[in-house]
Amino acid sequence: MSIEVRNLSKHFGAFTALANVSLKVGTGRLTALLGPSGSGKTTLLRIIAGLEFPDTGDDREAGRVLFHGEDVSDVPAGQRGVGFVFQHYALFKHMSVFDNIAFGLTVRPRKSRPSRAEIAERVHELLRLVQLENLGQRLPDQLSGGQRQRVALARALAMQPKVLLLDEPFGALDAQVRKEMRSWLRSLHEKLHVTTVFVTHDQEEALELADEVVVMNNARIEQVGGPQEVYDRPVSPFVIEFLGNVNRLAAGSGKLHSPGSDVLYVRPHDVDIQRGAAGAHALRARVLHVFSAGSYGSVTLERIDTGEHFEAEIARDRLRDLDLKQGDDVNVVFRHVRLFPRGQFTEADVRDGRLSEAPPPGTPPAHGAGEHI
Amino acid sequence: MPFRPRRSVLPGFGLSLGFTLAYLGLVILLPLAAVFVKTSGMSWPDFWAAVSSPRVIASYQLTFGASFLAALFNVPCGVMLAWVLVRYEFPGRKLVDALVDLPFALPTAVAGIAFTAIYAKNGWFGQWLEPQGIKVAYTALGVWLVLTFIGLPFVVRTVQPILEELEPELEEAAATLGATRGQTFRRVILPALRPAIITGFALAFARAIGEYGSVVFIAGNRPMHTEITPLLIITKLEQYDYKGATALASVLLVGSFGLLFFIQLSQRRARRAHA
Repeated sequence: MSIEVRNLSKHFGAFTALANVSLKVGTGRLTALLGPSGSGKTTLLRIIAGLEFPDTGDDREAGRVLFHGEDVSDVPAGQRGVGFVFQHYALFKHMSVFDNIAFGLTVRPRKSRPSRAEIAERVHELLRLVQLENLGQRLPDQLSGGQRQRVALARALAMQPKVLLLDEPFGALDAQVRKEMRSWLRSLHEKLHVTTVFVTHDQEEALELADEVVVMNNARIEQVGGPQEVYDRPVSPFVIEFLGNVNRLAAGSGKLHSPGSDVLYVRPHDVDIQRGAAGAHALRARVLHVFSAGSYGSVTLERIDTGEHFEAEIARDRLRDLDLKQGDDVNVVFRHVRLFPRGQFTEADVRDGRLSEAPPPGTPPAHGAGEHI
Repeated sequence: MPFRPRRSVLPGFGLSLGFTLAYLGLVILLPLAAVFVKTSGMSWPDFWAAVSSPRVIASYQLTFGASFLAALFNVPCGVMLAWVLVRYEFPGRKLVDALVDLPFALPTAVAGIAFTAIYAKNGWFGQWLEPQGIKVAYTALGVWLVLTFIGLPFVVRTVQPILEELEPELEEAAATLGATRGQTFRRVILPALRPAIITGFALAFARAIGEYGSVVFIAGNRPMHTEITPLLIITKLEQYDYKGATALASVLLVGSFGLLFFIQLSQRRARRAHA
């Protein structure tokens, strides 16, 4: 079941939650709505579920939700065939786990309601699926966070939804359980292949779990693409800053100079450090702090020309060879630099303080101009 | 195992327990004990005669019956009022919220006089109701009416905070699972409110049993028909029949306490059956 939303807008009083948002989600895909809080991602999810309704303007075509090409904008939530998992699970506290999961089946009109035995069988099947076989008679209060989450999921799956929507599914779990639940949800998705959309503000979660990431900011969609794509080719300063660690450095002053863009972005793992004397053109930096744990070490540096601080991630072996000490002055090489001259995206390398351009066709080249100092 | 308070970060458990017990004893238990002490001066036959004369029995029936029905009636009305106050924004909501507490604050005699004036034969409502054959003032119906007035805030004020804490997500979850509004209310909201409703009912019921001020004005106080037990107690006191008065009082006391205790017990049992 594919999902499509067209020109959704939603205001809460003076606050704009969604501004003319359109999106298509392919059948059987696992899609992440990623963004900071207040970016409109939960509102979008709730509109898809039918728990919230878009503003209706003059345009009759605006603010539509389509499931598999069929307009469901006016279909109530209960009849959209949507399974919704709430951030805090919203389990019915007075019902056992079994009754919670069975709820969706027992409220069906008598004609289409399965028999008691069928319901019991279905619930046990789901309990097995979410690995809670022996906990059917427990009350939600007697479960851990991760278990509650799985009950909520089983309850949503009980009615065999065509679309599964999850609001911050791991938000209320502690770090360890989070990791486990992530891979578990991924494998569950492989098994069921239900079209799934989940909301998260955790970029790592989105990149690791989703087939497709929808980056949202300020009531708008910034970028839609695969995890690799949005990480490697961000279309806006917001996306690069939100996804992964990145150094933001002044490009309009000092040794780095590029017309049309005051700012350049470089990921810590694209920064290399070289020992050597100060050349006239080299970008020099002072080592402030070296921290090494795991396969990569992290070095905090200070640009000599502008005094800006930035991070470098260096492989551990190389870090040992470099033998950096606090206060050392070193040369710095940037392997991939991203510039957004007037909103466009450019890739470049910086060696010896020069921006050597690899511009996509049609972009005016920026000039590295270290010699102007 | 001998009783020993658990160590806790807050000091003064012994002191506060001692104070609480002393206070409870002084304010509640001592006067109640006096009732029983006074009553115990009577012989069994005297006591029995005092508490089981037909006139007294009729007053029990009215007191407990009208109180029970009034509290019962307050359950749906009070829940609805609490629901409206919690879930809807409307002009004057704060005012309505404050009005709910009025029966707490108003001298009950004032309520009794006001109700009597409205429902008497020539009152605002009475002049329309009496020709229809519906007599309110000076009947058991009037007693029930003022008791609903007295008891309403108890139900509203016990249900309201629970309703405020009830996550709207529960209703949304039920809706996405295909439940109708009726099913959502019956199977999701009502069970969550049940303990608060029972407590509110019990409080309203207990309050109604002891109510005197408002009832005596509207009841008309005809023996065997519209006489409540608290009135009989006052009557006996006015006749300097202290022992007779305390005998009735002790029956009222044991009756109310037994009912409240039973309600609490059944509620706890229901909760445990769920767990």
